[in-house]
Amino acid sequence: MSSAKDVTDATFADEVLNSSDTIMVDFWAEWCGPCRAVSPILDAIAAEHSDKIKIVKLNVDDNPQMAMKYQITSIPAMKVFRGGEVVKTVIGAKPKPAIEADLAEFLA
Amino acid sequence: MRQIIIIGSGPAGYTAAIYAARANLSPLLIASSVEAGGELMKTTEVENYPGFAEGIQGPELMLAMQAQAERFGTEIVLDDVVKLELEGEVKRVTLGNGDVHEALTIVFATGSAYRKLGLEDEDRMSGHGVSWCATCDGFFFRQKTIAVVGGGDSAMEEANFLTKFADKVYVIHRKDTLRASKTMQDRAFANPKIEFLWNKEVAHIYGDELVTGIGVVDVTDGTETTLDLSGLFIAIGADPRTHLVHGQLTLTAEGTVAVDGRSSRTNIPGVFAAGDVIDPTYRQAVTAAGSGTVAALDAEHYLAALPKEVLARAEVQPATV
Repeated sequence: MSSAKDVTDATFADEVLNSSDTIMVDFWAEWCGPCRAVSPILDAIAAEHSDKIKIVKLNVDDNPQMAMKYQITSIPAMKVFRGGEVVKTVIGAKPKPAIEADLAEFLA
Repeated sequence: MRQIIIIGSGPAGYTAAIYAARANLSPLLIASSVEAGGELMKTTEVENYPGFAEGIQGPELMLAMQAQAERFGTEIVLDDVVKLELEGEVKRVTLGNGDVHEALTIVFATGSAYRKLGLEDEDRMSGHGVSWCATCDGFFFRQKTIAVVGGGDSAMEEANFLTKFADKVYVIHRKDTLRASKTMQDRAFANPKIEFLWNKEVAHIYGDELVTGIGVVDVTDGTETTLDLSGLFIAIGADPRTHLVHGQLTLTAEGTVAVDGRSSRTNIPGVFAAGDVIDPTYRQAVTAAGSGTVAALDAEHYLAALPKEVLARAEVQPATV
Protein backbone atom coordinates (compact mmCIF):
# COMPACT_ATOMS: atom_id res chain seq x y z
CA MET A 1 0.00 0.00 0.00
CA SER A 2 2.61 2.51 1.05
CA SER A 3 6.29 2.66 0.23
CA ALA A 4 7.14 4.29 3.57
CA LYS A 5 9.24 2.22 5.95
CA ASP A 6 7.57 0.79 9.06
CA VAL A 7 8.85 1.79 12.47
CA THR A 8 7.78 0.06 15.68
CA ASP A 9 7.81 0.61 19.44
CA ALA A 10 11.13 -1.27 19.44
CA THR A 11 12.83 0.62 16.62
CA PHE A 12 11.38 4.09 17.30
CA ALA A 13 14.35 5.41 19.26
CA ASP A 14 16.91 4.26 16.69
CA GLU A 15 14.97 5.13 13.56
CA VAL A 16 13.30 8.36 14.64
CA LEU A 17 14.55 9.89 17.88
CA ASN A 18 18.28 9.33 17.32
CA SER A 19 18.21 10.13 13.63
CA SER A 20 19.99 13.21 12.34
CA ASP A 21 17.35 13.61 9.60
CA THR A 22 14.01 15.41 9.66
CA ILE A 23 11.57 12.54 9.94
CA MET A 24 7.80 12.54 9.68
CA VAL A 25 6.02 9.65 11.38
CA ASP A 26 2.62 8.72 9.94
CA PHE A 27 0.55 7.16 12.76
CA TRP A 28 -1.99 4.94 11.01
CA ALA A 29 -4.09 1.75 11.18
CA GLU A 30 -5.58 -0.73 8.72
CA TRP A 31 -9.15 0.11 9.76
CA CYS A 32 -8.76 3.84 9.16
CA GLY A 33 -10.06 4.79 5.70
CA PRO A 34 -8.63 8.33 5.71
CA CYS A 35 -5.21 6.84 6.57
CA ARG A 36 -5.32 4.75 3.40
CA ALA A 37 -6.36 7.84 1.42
CA VAL A 38 -3.50 10.00 2.68
CA SER A 39 -0.79 7.34 2.40
CA PRO A 40 -0.06 7.76 -1.35
CA ILE A 41 0.05 11.54 -0.85
CA LEU A 42 2.72 11.14 1.83
CA ASP A 43 4.63 8.77 -0.47
CA ALA A 44 4.56 11.41 -3.21
CA ILE A 45 5.77 14.15 -0.86
CA ALA A 46 8.57 11.89 0.41
CA ALA A 47 9.62 11.07 -3.15
CA GLU A 48 9.63 14.72 -4.25
CA HIS A 49 11.54 15.95 -1.20
CA SER A 50 13.75 12.98 -0.35
CA ASP A 51 16.65 15.34 0.44
CA LYS A 52 14.58 17.33 2.98
CA ILE A 53 12.35 14.90 4.84
CA LYS A 54 12.02 11.18 5.47
CA ILE A 55 8.59 9.69 6.00
CA VAL A 56 8.04 6.51 8.01
CA LYS A 57 4.86 4.94 9.33
CA LEU A 58 3.84 3.47 12.65
CA ASN A 59 0.89 1.10 12.96
CA VAL A 60 -0.94 2.17 16.14
CA ASP A 61 -2.59 -1.24 16.53
CA ASP A 62 0.73 -3.03 16.72
CA ASN A 63 2.63 -0.29 18.53
CA PRO A 64 0.47 1.08 21.34
CA GLN A 65 3.39 2.43 23.39
CA MET A 66 4.41 5.11 20.92
CA ALA A 67 0.78 5.93 20.09
CA MET A 68 0.17 6.50 23.80
CA LYS A 69 3.43 8.37 24.40
CA TYR A 70 2.65 10.84 21.64
CA GLN A 71 -0.99 11.19 22.79
CA ILE A 72 -2.50 10.07 19.52
CA THR A 73 -6.30 10.39 19.69
CA SER A 74 -7.04 10.80 16.00
CA ILE A 75 -5.53 9.26 12.89
CA PRO A 76 -4.05 9.80 10.45
CA ALA A 77 -1.68 11.88 12.61
CA MET A 78 1.63 12.96 11.14
CA LYS A 79 4.34 14.16 13.51
CA VAL A 80 7.59 15.70 12.33
CA PHE A 81 10.63 14.89 14.50
CA ARG A 82 13.94 16.74 14.65
CA GLY A 83 16.63 15.83 17.15
CA GLY A 84 14.22 13.58 19.04
CA GLU A 85 11.57 16.28 19.49
CA VAL A 86 8.19 16.76 17.85
CA VAL A 87 8.41 20.01 15.88
CA LYS A 88 5.14 19.79 13.94
CA THR A 89 1.87 17.86 14.06
CA VAL A 90 -0.52 17.48 11.12
CA ILE A 91 -3.84 15.79 11.82
CA GLY A 92 -6.31 14.31 9.37
CA ALA A 93 -6.28 13.35 5.72
CA LYS A 94 -5.87 16.47 3.61
CA PRO A 95 -5.18 17.12 -0.07
CA LYS A 96 -1.52 17.22 -1.11
CA PRO A 97 -1.26 21.03 -1.39
CA ALA A 98 -2.66 21.40 2.14
CA ILE A 99 -0.14 18.98 3.63
CA GLU A 100 2.68 20.61 1.67
CA ALA A 101 1.59 23.96 3.09
CA ASP A 102 1.63 22.51 6.63
CA LEU A 103 5.15 21.18 6.01
CA ALA A 104 6.40 24.25 4.12
CA GLU A 105 9.12 25.09 6.64
CA PHE A 106 10.63 21.62 6.26
CA LEU A 107 10.35 21.33 2.48
CA ALA A 108 11.87 24.71 1.59
CA MET B 1 -13.14 17.07 -24.45
CA ARG B 2 -15.47 14.63 -22.71
CA GLN B 3 -19.16 14.02 -23.06
CA ILE B 4 -19.54 13.86 -19.28
CA ILE B 5 -17.56 14.63 -16.13
CA ILE B 6 -18.87 13.46 -12.77
CA ILE B 7 -17.72 15.29 -9.66
CA GLY B 8 -17.99 13.22 -6.50
CA SER B 9 -17.39 9.60 -5.55
CA GLY B 10 -20.15 8.71 -3.13
CA PRO B 11 -23.10 6.49 -4.09
CA ALA B 12 -24.51 9.26 -6.35
CA GLY B 13 -21.26 9.85 -8.24
CA TYR B 14 -20.38 6.19 -8.73
CA THR B 15 -23.91 5.23 -9.75
CA ALA B 16 -24.03 8.08 -12.27
CA ALA B 17 -20.69 6.77 -13.58
CA ILE B 18 -21.99 3.20 -13.89
CA TYR B 19 -24.98 4.38 -15.94
CA ALA B 20 -22.98 6.85 -18.04
CA ALA B 21 -20.24 4.30 -18.74
CA ARG B 22 -22.77 1.64 -19.75
CA ALA B 23 -24.27 4.22 -22.13
CA ASN B 24 -20.80 4.52 -23.76
CA LEU B 25 -20.28 8.09 -22.60
CA SER B 26 -16.70 7.34 -21.34
CA PRO B 27 -17.16 9.34 -18.12
CA LEU B 28 -14.37 10.98 -16.21
CA LEU B 29 -15.04 10.91 -12.46
CA ILE B 30 -13.21 13.32 -10.16
CA ALA B 31 -13.15 11.43 -6.87
CA SER B 32 -11.27 13.87 -4.56
CA SER B 33 -7.75 13.33 -3.26
CA VAL B 34 -8.48 12.19 0.27
CA GLU B 35 -12.23 11.57 0.46
CA ALA B 36 -12.72 9.14 -2.43
CA GLY B 37 -15.72 6.96 -1.68
CA GLY B 38 -17.36 9.68 0.36
CA GLU B 39 -18.97 9.52 3.75
CA LEU B 40 -19.54 5.75 3.71
CA MET B 41 -15.76 5.21 3.83
CA LYS B 42 -16.00 6.30 7.47
CA THR B 43 -18.82 3.97 8.44
CA THR B 44 -18.80 0.34 9.50
CA GLU B 45 -21.76 -1.95 8.96
CA VAL B 46 -24.37 -0.76 6.44
CA GLU B 47 -27.54 -2.73 7.16
CA ASN B 48 -30.08 -0.95 4.97
CA TYR B 49 -28.55 -1.04 1.50
CA PRO B 50 -30.78 -3.39 -0.47
CA GLY B 51 -29.23 -6.56 -1.83
CA PHE B 52 -26.95 -7.23 1.13
CA ALA B 53 -29.09 -9.40 3.38
CA GLU B 54 -26.36 -9.75 6.00
CA GLY B 55 -25.17 -6.12 5.74
CA ILE B 56 -21.97 -4.87 4.18
CA GLN B 57 -19.09 -2.72 5.43
CA GLY B 58 -19.35 0.87 4.14
CA PRO B 59 -15.83 0.94 2.60
CA GLU B 60 -16.43 -2.45 0.98
CA LEU B 61 -19.65 -1.17 -0.61
CA MET B 62 -17.91 1.90 -2.00
CA LEU B 63 -14.96 -0.06 -3.40
CA ALA B 64 -17.45 -2.37 -5.10
CA MET B 65 -19.27 0.62 -6.63
CA GLN B 66 -15.93 2.01 -7.80
CA ALA B 67 -14.97 -1.32 -9.38
CA GLN B 68 -18.36 -1.51 -11.09
CA ALA B 69 -17.94 1.99 -12.53
CA GLU B 70 -14.42 1.16 -13.73
CA ARG B 71 -15.51 -2.13 -15.25
CA PHE B 72 -17.58 -0.24 -17.84
CA GLY B 73 -14.88 2.26 -18.66
CA THR B 74 -15.12 5.09 -16.11
CA GLU B 75 -11.82 6.91 -15.72
CA ILE B 76 -11.26 7.95 -12.10
CA VAL B 77 -8.99 10.79 -11.01
CA LEU B 78 -7.97 11.13 -7.35
CA ASP B 79 -7.83 14.89 -7.15
CA ASP B 80 -9.96 17.81 -5.99
CA VAL B 81 -11.87 20.22 -8.17
CA VAL B 82 -10.72 23.75 -7.38
CA LYS B 83 -12.69 25.64 -10.04
CA LEU B 84 -15.81 25.02 -12.11
CA GLU B 85 -16.89 27.05 -15.13
CA LEU B 86 -20.40 25.89 -15.95
CA GLU B 87 -21.86 28.52 -18.27
CA GLY B 88 -21.94 27.85 -22.01
CA GLU B 89 -21.91 24.71 -24.09
CA VAL B 90 -18.50 23.52 -22.89
CA LYS B 91 -17.94 23.20 -19.15
CA ARG B 92 -14.45 23.53 -17.65
CA VAL B 93 -13.20 21.70 -14.56
CA THR B 94 -9.88 22.74 -12.98
CA LEU B 95 -8.17 20.31 -10.62
CA GLY B 96 -5.80 20.79 -7.70
CA ASN B 97 -2.87 19.60 -9.81
CA GLY B 98 -3.60 22.29 -12.41
CA ASP B 99 -5.12 20.01 -15.05
CA VAL B 100 -8.13 21.44 -16.88
CA HIS B 101 -10.79 19.07 -18.24
CA GLU B 102 -13.66 20.02 -20.54
CA ALA B 103 -17.01 18.34 -21.02
CA LEU B 104 -20.44 18.90 -22.53
CA THR B 105 -22.18 17.79 -19.34
CA ILE B 106 -21.38 17.81 -15.64
CA VAL B 107 -22.89 15.72 -12.87
CA PHE B 108 -22.34 17.56 -9.61
CA ALA B 109 -22.45 15.08 -6.71
CA THR B 110 -20.20 16.52 -4.03
CA GLY B 111 -22.33 15.42 -1.08
CA SER B 112 -22.06 17.26 2.19
CA ALA B 113 -19.47 18.29 4.76
CA TYR B 114 -19.64 17.66 8.50
CA ARG B 115 -21.17 20.46 10.48
CA LYS B 116 -19.18 21.96 13.33
CA LEU B 117 -20.49 23.06 16.71
CA GLY B 118 -19.02 26.51 16.16
CA LEU B 119 -17.16 26.62 19.49
CA GLU B 120 -14.01 28.59 20.08
CA ASP B 121 -11.81 25.62 20.97
CA GLU B 122 -13.26 23.17 18.48
CA ASP B 123 -10.58 23.49 15.80
CA ARG B 124 -7.73 23.71 18.29
CA MET B 125 -8.85 20.50 20.01
CA SER B 126 -9.63 18.67 16.77
CA GLY B 127 -7.42 15.60 16.80
CA HIS B 128 -6.77 16.11 20.51
CA GLY B 129 -10.02 14.64 21.72
CA VAL B 130 -12.51 16.29 19.39
CA SER B 131 -13.36 14.05 16.45
CA TRP B 132 -15.75 13.70 13.52
CA CYS B 133 -14.86 10.07 12.81
CA ALA B 134 -15.73 7.39 15.35
CA THR B 135 -14.40 4.57 13.18
CA CYS B 136 -11.03 6.35 12.86
CA ASP B 137 -10.58 7.50 16.42
CA GLY B 138 -12.73 5.33 18.73
CA PHE B 139 -9.79 2.97 19.22
CA PHE B 140 -7.92 5.64 21.20
CA PHE B 141 -10.63 5.92 23.85
CA ARG B 142 -10.41 2.48 25.46
CA GLN B 143 -11.86 2.52 28.98
CA LYS B 144 -12.44 6.27 28.72
CA THR B 145 -15.52 8.42 29.17
CA ILE B 146 -16.58 10.21 26.01
CA ALA B 147 -19.57 12.00 24.51
CA VAL B 148 -21.34 12.01 21.18
CA VAL B 149 -23.25 15.15 20.18
CA GLY B 150 -26.28 14.68 17.96
CA GLY B 151 -29.62 12.91 17.66
CA GLY B 152 -29.64 11.38 14.20
CA ASP B 153 -28.76 7.98 12.80
CA SER B 154 -25.07 8.77 12.54
CA ALA B 155 -24.94 9.93 16.17
CA MET B 156 -26.60 6.68 17.31
CA GLU B 157 -24.34 4.57 15.11
CA GLU B 158 -21.27 6.34 16.46
CA ALA B 159 -22.42 6.03 20.07
CA ASN B 160 -23.07 2.30 19.72
CA PHE B 161 -19.79 1.76 17.91
CA LEU B 162 -17.84 3.73 20.52
CA THR B 163 -19.11 1.53 23.37
CA LYS B 164 -16.82 -1.17 21.97
CA PHE B 165 -13.96 0.92 23.30
CA ALA B 166 -15.19 3.44 25.86
CA ASP B 167 -16.50 2.61 29.33
CA LYS B 168 -19.15 5.29 29.11
CA VAL B 169 -20.68 7.23 26.26
CA TYR B 170 -22.90 10.25 26.84
CA VAL B 171 -25.22 11.17 24.00
CA ILE B 172 -25.88 14.90 24.12
CA HIS B 173 -28.91 16.12 22.26
CA ARG B 174 -30.49 19.55 22.25
CA LYS B 175 -34.03 18.20 22.06
CA ASP B 176 -35.93 15.63 24.09
CA THR B 177 -36.57 13.29 21.18
CA LEU B 178 -34.26 11.76 18.60
CA ARG B 179 -34.33 12.14 14.83
CA ALA B 180 -32.71 8.71 14.43
CA SER B 181 -34.62 5.72 13.06
CA LYS B 182 -36.49 3.48 15.50
CA THR B 183 -34.01 0.62 15.09
CA MET B 184 -31.03 2.82 15.87
CA GLN B 185 -32.82 4.46 18.83
CA ASP B 186 -33.80 1.12 20.36
CA ARG B 187 -30.27 -0.17 20.04
CA ALA B 188 -28.86 2.93 21.76
CA PHE B 189 -31.50 2.89 24.56
CA ALA B 190 -30.69 -0.78 25.23
CA ASN B 191 -26.95 -0.17 25.45
CA PRO B 192 -25.97 -0.02 29.16
CA LYS B 193 -22.86 2.07 28.43
CA ILE B 194 -24.87 4.89 26.84
CA GLU B 195 -26.42 7.66 28.92
CA PHE B 196 -28.63 10.25 27.24
CA LEU B 197 -28.43 13.92 28.20
CA TRP B 198 -31.56 15.54 26.82
CA ASN B 199 -32.12 19.22 26.04
CA LYS B 200 -28.43 19.95 26.35
CA GLU B 201 -25.97 21.83 24.17
CA VAL B 202 -22.19 21.78 24.35
CA ALA B 203 -21.06 25.27 25.33
CA HIS B 204 -17.38 24.76 26.18
CA ILE B 205 -14.57 22.36 25.47
CA TYR B 206 -11.99 22.20 28.25
CA GLY B 207 -8.41 21.01 28.08
CA ASP B 208 -4.93 22.23 27.38
CA GLU B 209 -3.26 19.67 25.14
CA LEU B 210 -6.01 17.06 25.29
CA VAL B 211 -9.71 17.34 26.00
CA THR B 212 -10.40 16.97 29.72
CA GLY B 213 -14.05 17.94 29.86
CA ILE B 214 -16.92 19.88 28.38
CA GLY B 215 -19.49 22.34 29.62
CA VAL B 216 -23.08 21.54 28.72
CA VAL B 217 -25.95 23.99 28.98
CA ASP B 218 -29.51 22.91 29.61
CA VAL B 219 -31.55 24.65 26.93
CA THR B 220 -34.69 24.67 29.09
CA ASP B 221 -33.25 26.60 32.05
CA GLY B 222 -29.81 27.81 30.95
CA THR B 223 -27.86 26.06 33.72
CA GLU B 224 -24.39 24.84 32.84
CA THR B 225 -22.76 21.68 34.14
CA THR B 226 -19.27 20.31 33.58
CA LEU B 227 -18.61 16.75 32.45
CA ASP B 228 -15.17 15.18 32.86
CA LEU B 229 -14.37 13.25 29.71
CA SER B 230 -11.58 12.72 27.22
CA GLY B 231 -13.34 12.53 23.87
CA LEU B 232 -16.05 14.50 22.09
CA PHE B 233 -17.47 13.06 18.86
CA ILE B 234 -19.51 15.51 16.82
CA ALA B 235 -22.35 14.08 14.70
CA ILE B 236 -24.75 16.98 14.27
CA GLY B 237 -25.32 16.58 10.58
CA ALA B 238 -23.78 17.94 7.45
CA ASP B 239 -24.16 20.86 5.08
CA PRO B 240 -24.36 20.49 1.29
CA ARG B 241 -20.95 21.10 -0.27
CA THR B 242 -21.74 23.85 -2.76
CA HIS B 243 -18.81 26.29 -2.51
CA LEU B 244 -17.64 25.40 -6.05
CA VAL B 245 -20.95 26.46 -7.61
CA HIS B 246 -21.87 29.58 -5.62
CA GLY B 247 -22.94 32.28 -8.05
CA GLN B 248 -23.45 29.71 -10.81
CA LEU B 249 -26.08 27.21 -9.66
CA THR B 250 -29.28 28.28 -7.95
CA LEU B 251 -29.53 27.03 -4.37
CA THR B 252 -32.63 26.30 -2.29
CA ALA B 253 -33.49 27.88 1.06
CA GLU B 254 -31.95 24.78 2.69
CA GLY B 255 -28.67 25.42 0.88
CA THR B 256 -28.93 22.45 -1.48
CA VAL B 257 -28.56 22.77 -5.26
CA ALA B 258 -31.99 23.47 -6.76
CA VAL B 259 -33.17 20.95 -9.36
CA ASP B 260 -36.23 20.88 -11.58
CA GLY B 261 -38.89 18.64 -9.99
CA ARG B 262 -37.87 15.00 -9.78
CA SER B 263 -35.14 15.53 -12.37
CA SER B 264 -31.48 16.40 -11.75
CA ARG B 265 -31.57 19.47 -14.03
CA THR B 266 -30.06 22.60 -12.47
CA ASN B 267 -30.59 26.14 -13.73
CA ILE B 268 -27.70 25.72 -16.20
CA PRO B 269 -28.32 23.50 -19.26
CA GLY B 270 -25.96 20.51 -19.28
CA VAL B 271 -25.31 20.67 -15.54
CA PHE B 272 -27.00 18.01 -13.44
CA ALA B 273 -26.83 17.52 -9.67
CA ALA B 274 -27.35 14.39 -7.61
CA GLY B 275 -27.11 12.89 -4.14
CA ASP B 276 -26.92 14.64 -0.77
CA VAL B 277 -25.99 17.96 -2.40
CA ILE B 278 -29.59 18.23 -3.70
CA ASP B 279 -31.31 16.42 -0.85
CA PRO B 280 -32.20 18.22 2.40
CA THR B 281 -34.49 15.40 3.54
CA TYR B 282 -33.61 11.75 2.97
CA ARG B 283 -29.83 11.57 2.49
CA GLN B 284 -29.47 7.80 2.37
CA ALA B 285 -26.91 5.80 0.40
CA VAL B 286 -29.69 4.25 -1.65
CA THR B 287 -31.52 7.52 -2.36
CA ALA B 288 -28.20 9.04 -3.43
CA ALA B 289 -27.56 6.09 -5.74
CA GLY B 290 -31.03 6.50 -7.25
CA SER B 291 -30.38 10.22 -7.67
CA GLY B 292 -27.11 9.43 -9.48
CA THR B 293 -29.06 7.25 -11.90
CA VAL B 294 -31.47 10.12 -12.62
CA ALA B 295 -28.53 12.47 -13.32
CA ALA B 296 -26.83 10.06 -15.72
CA LEU B 297 -30.09 9.48 -17.63
CA ASP B 298 -30.82 13.22 -17.76
CA ALA B 299 -27.30 13.88 -19.06
CA GLU B 300 -27.71 11.13 -21.66
CA HIS B 301 -30.98 12.67 -22.89
CA TYR B 302 -29.40 16.13 -23.01
CA LEU B 303 -26.44 14.85 -25.03
CA ALA B 304 -28.73 12.98 -27.42
CA ALA B 305 -30.47 16.24 -28.25
CA LEU B 306 -27.26 18.17 -29.04
CA PRO B 307 -26.35 18.86 -32.69
CA LYS B 308 -24.08 16.20 -34.25
CA GLU B 309 -21.22 18.66 -34.80
CA VAL B 310 -21.16 19.60 -31.11
CA LEU B 311 -21.15 15.95 -30.03
CA ALA B 312 -18.37 15.17 -32.49
CA ARG B 313 -16.06 17.54 -30.60
CA ALA B 314 -16.44 15.41 -27.48
CA GLU B 315 -15.11 12.33 -29.17
CA VAL B 316 -11.61 13.78 -29.27
CA GLN B 317 -9.38 12.13 -26.67
CA PRO B 318 -7.49 12.44 -24.41
CA ALA B 319 -9.58 14.54 -22.09
CA THR B 320 -6.87 16.88 -20.85
CA VAL B 321 -6.68 20.11 -22.82
